[in-house]
Amino acid sequence: MWHEHDPEPKVRISEKWEPVFAGDHAQTRAHRLLSGMMNYSDASIGASTIAPFLSLEGVRKTYPGVVALDGFSMEVRPGEVIGLVGENGAGKSTLMKILGGVTTPDTGTITVDGVAHDGLTVEASIGSGIAFVHQELNLFENLDVAANIFFGREPLRAGPLKLVDRARLRALAAPLLKRVGANFSTDTPVSALSLAQQQMVEIAKALSIEARLVILDEPTSSLPLAETDKLLDVIKALKAEGISVIFISHRLHEVERVADRVVVLRDGMLAGTLPKSAINHDQMVKLMIGRMLKEREKAAESARPPGTVALSAKAIRTNAYPDRPVDLGVRHGEILGLAGLVGSGRTELARVLFGIEKSLGGALQLDGKDLVLGSAADAVANGIFLVPEDRKLTGILLDLSIAQNISLPNLPAHARRSLVSVRAEAATAEKQKSNLGIKAPSVATRTGTLSGGNQQKVVLAKWLAMNPKVMILDEPTRGIDIGAKAEIYGLMRALADAGVGVLMISSDMEEVIGVSDRIAVMHEGQISGILDKEQFSQENVLLLAVGKQPK
Amino acid sequence: MSKKDLGLLILILVVGAVVAIINPRFLLPINLANTSNLIGLFGILAIGQAFVIITGGIELSVGSVVALLGVLFIDFIATRGMAWPVALPLILILGGMIGLAHGWLITRLKLQPFVVTLCGLLIYRGVARFYTADGTAGFAFGQNFPELEFLTAGRSWGVPNSFIALIVIAIVMWVVLHRSVFGRYLYAIGKNEEAAKYSGIRTGRVVMAAYVICGVLTALSAIYFAMYTRSISPASHGQFYELYAIAAAVLGGFSLRGGEGSLIGVILGTVLLQELQNLVNLLGIPSSLNFAVMGGVILIGVLVDQQWGVFRERRLMLEATRKGAAGAAAE
Repeated sequence: MWHEHDPEPKVRISEKWEPVFAGDHAQTRAHRLLSGMMNYSDASIGASTIAPFLSLEGVRKTYPGVVALDGFSMEVRPGEVIGLVGENGAGKSTLMKILGGVTTPDTGTITVDGVAHDGLTVEASIGSGIAFVHQELNLFENLDVAANIFFGREPLRAGPLKLVDRARLRALAAPLLKRVGANFSTDTPVSALSLAQQQMVEIAKALSIEARLVILDEPTSSLPLAETDKLLDVIKALKAEGISVIFISHRLHEVERVADRVVVLRDGMLAGTLPKSAINHDQMVKLMIGRMLKEREKAAESARPPGTVALSAKAIRTNAYPDRPVDLGVRHGEILGLAGLVGSGRTELARVLFGIEKSLGGALQLDGKDLVLGSAADAVANGIFLVPEDRKLTGILLDLSIAQNISLPNLPAHARRSLVSVRAEAATAEKQKSNLGIKAPSVATRTGTLSGGNQQKVVLAKWLAMNPKVMILDEPTRGIDIGAKAEIYGLMRALADAGVGVLMISSDMEEVIGVSDRIAVMHEGQISGILDKEQFSQENVLLLAVGKQPK
Repeated sequence: MSKKDLGLLILILVVGAVVAIINPRFLLPINLANTSNLIGLFGILAIGQAFVIITGGIELSVGSVVALLGVLFIDFIATRGMAWPVALPLILILGGMIGLAHGWLITRLKLQPFVVTLCGLLIYRGVARFYTADGTAGFAFGQNFPELEFLTAGRSWGVPNSFIALIVIAIVMWVVLHRSVFGRYLYAIGKNEEAAKYSGIRTGRVVMAAYVICGVLTALSAIYFAMYTRSISPASHGQFYELYAIAAAVLGGFSLRGGEGSLIGVILGTVLLQELQNLVNLLGIPSSLNFAVMGGVILIGVLVDQQWGVFRERRLMLEATRKGAAGAAAE
C-alpha cells in the first residue's frame, strides 16, 4: 500500500537535490564532485563484506561498423539500486541485451553468483534470476492479474485435462501483489489497471520467478507524476528485500531519488560511476555529454535570415497530453529543431500539423491565415509535408517502385485524363534520383530492396518533387549511416535556404545542435523553452527536456 | 499478362483438353455457349468483388444483393409496369447505394468489412424474402421484353451477350485498375493504407469508391441473373455467389490481405471455376460433389502457388549468397 506517512517523504528528497544553478559556485561544486568521483573506485566498496550478485568485466560488443559497448565493467550487489543513464545510442540497450542473454559479448566476462560466463543465454539469464520490466509492457490485457503473473506456469489440477487450478493461482499471486504494494486484487483484469499498476504486475511477475535483479527500462517515461511516485516506492520495497534493481531512465531527478549508485554510459564506454553522495543532476548531465561538442556540420550555416512565420500552432492540444496546449511557430527559411524525450508529445504534434491526427483544440495558421486540416491530403494540398518517424510503416510503400513512391502524393499531375503516364512518372523520379543521389539500379527498383538511407531519400524525393512550404521531419536520420546523414542535413539546409520552413524532430542531441537555427524543447506535452543559437548547449537542451530552466 | 495469369490460362486449357478428350460434348457449341453465359454472369460479380479485395476488404453480401435486387427488378418491370430502361438504372443506383453504405460504415465508422458485409448478407436476404412474402418473383405468362431479353439472355453471332458484356466491362475495368490514378491508389491502399494516407491520399474516399463499384457491378449481374433464371425464389437465389466471386479472385492470384491481383487473373479464375462445374456435369461425377471439387481445386491451386513462391525465394537467396561469397573471394 502507498502509505500516507512514508518514512522518506519525497518532497524532502527532491529538495535536497535542488540543483544550484548559480554560475561559478555550481561550477566549482561540480568540479569538486567530479574529482571526488574520479578518486572513487569500486575497490573501496569491494572491501565491504557483500559479494556482488552480478559483475561485468571488460565487456565489448561490436556490430558491423559500430562499437556498441567497449571495455565496460560494472558490479551489482544484492539490494542495490543502480541508476543507469546515458544518451540514446550510448549502449544502454546493448547492455540490456547482453544481460538478458539475447546477445553475447565479443569479449569480456559476466560473473553471476561467482560463476564466470563468456555470455548468457536467455535461459541462463532467467535462471539466475534476472528479470526485465520493459517500457512497453508485455501483459495480456484481456486476462486478469493472476493469469498474467503465472502465464505459462499456471498451477494445474490433477487429471488429464490439465485444467488450471484457479484458486491456487490466486493464492500464489496474492502475496506477490502484497510485496509490490498493490492495491488491487488478483482477479482484476489488466485492462482495468493504470500504467503504474500494470508495471506492478510486471514486477510481481519478476518476483514470481524469484528474481534477484530487476531491470526497469524507462519505466516512468509513460507515467504521470503521481504514478511515478508509486513506482519509486516499489523500487524501495524491492531494495528492502535484498533484490537488486537497475533503473534506466532519462528522468534524472527520479534517478537522484532512488539510486544508490549511478552508472553513466557514453559512446559505449563507462563514462563514470557516481556514489550516492555524488549523485546529482548536473553531474549526470556532465558525464553523459562528456566531451566538447564536435565540429558542427556545414548544415548549421544558414544562407539567409529567417523570414515570417510559416506554420504556427496556437494552443494545439494532442491526444498525448490533452490538457496541455502547445504553441509553436516555424519560420520560413529556418530549421527549427524540436528536441525532447521520447514520449514528450513531439510526434503527436507533428501528426496534428500534418493533419493525420485531429487536434483536440486550438488552431493552426499558415502564413498568417487560419488553416483547418481534415486529413493529410489537406496538409499536402497546402504544401505541408511530413517525413514520418517510421519510414517502413508510414514513409514509403516497400512493395512499390521508387518511381511509384515518388509520384504517389502528386499522381494527378503525372496523369492525362486520369490515366497514369508512366513516362512522366519516370521522368520525375529520374530527376529526383540524380538530384538526391539515390543509389539504385533504376527508378523501377522496388524500394524495399534499398538501404535505409536511400529509402529515406525516396521519402524526401516524393515531397521535394512538389512545392514544400513547410517540411516536418520526424527523426529523419534514425538508423541511417553517417554518409547519408550528412547528405540529408545538406538537403534540409537547402530547403531552408529556399525559404521552406523546416521543423526537425530529433532525439539525437548533436544533430539538434549541429543543424538547427533554433531549438524548441518539449517536456511532457508542452514547449518548455526555445533556445536561440547562442544559447545552444547539450546541457541546456537536456535541462529543458526534463523540465528545468536552462543556464 | 503476368506469369501467374499465364499459368492459370495453361491450367484452364489443359483441363479443357482433358475434359474434351474424355467427353467430346464439352466442345459442342451449345455447351460452350452455356458455359460462357455463366462465365459472363459470375465474371461481372467477381470483378466487383476484386475491387473490394484489392483494398484488403471483403464483400460477403453479394449473393443476397443478387437476390434482393433481382426480386426488385422483376417486380418493377413485371408487376409494377415500370419501363425496363427506367428500372435498370434504378437497380444500378440501388446497388451503388448499398456499396456506399458499406463503404461508409467501414471507412468512417471503422467497422470491419467482414462484419459489415456479413450483416448485409443477412439483412438483404431477409428483406428479399419479406418483399415477396417468401413467394417466387417471376414474369406472368406471355410477358415479354424483347430488347431486354436480347441484351441479357440473347446471343450475337452465337456468343451469349452476357459474355460480351463481361468482355466490355473487363476491358473498361482493366484500364481503371491497371492504368488509372484511382487504380494506383487502390493498390497503394491495399499494400499499406497508413503509408498511402501519409502520402496525402484520401484513403477513405478511395475505399468507399471500391465498394460502390462492387455494388453497381453486383446490381448489373443481379439483372443478368434475374433475366437468366426468369423466376426468383428469394430464399435460395444467389446463395453462395459471394463465395464464387471470392474464390475466383483467390484463384486469380488476389491476396485477401490486399494490394495484389490482376483483372485478367480474376476473369481466368471465373473461367476455371465454371469449367470445373461443367466438368463435374460432363464427366458424370455426382453433382452433389460439385462444391467439394471446387474447394479441392482452389486449395491445391493456392498451395502450389504458395509453395512455388517459397521455392523461388529460396533459390534467389541461394544465388545471392553464392554471388556474395564469390564477390568476397574476389576481393
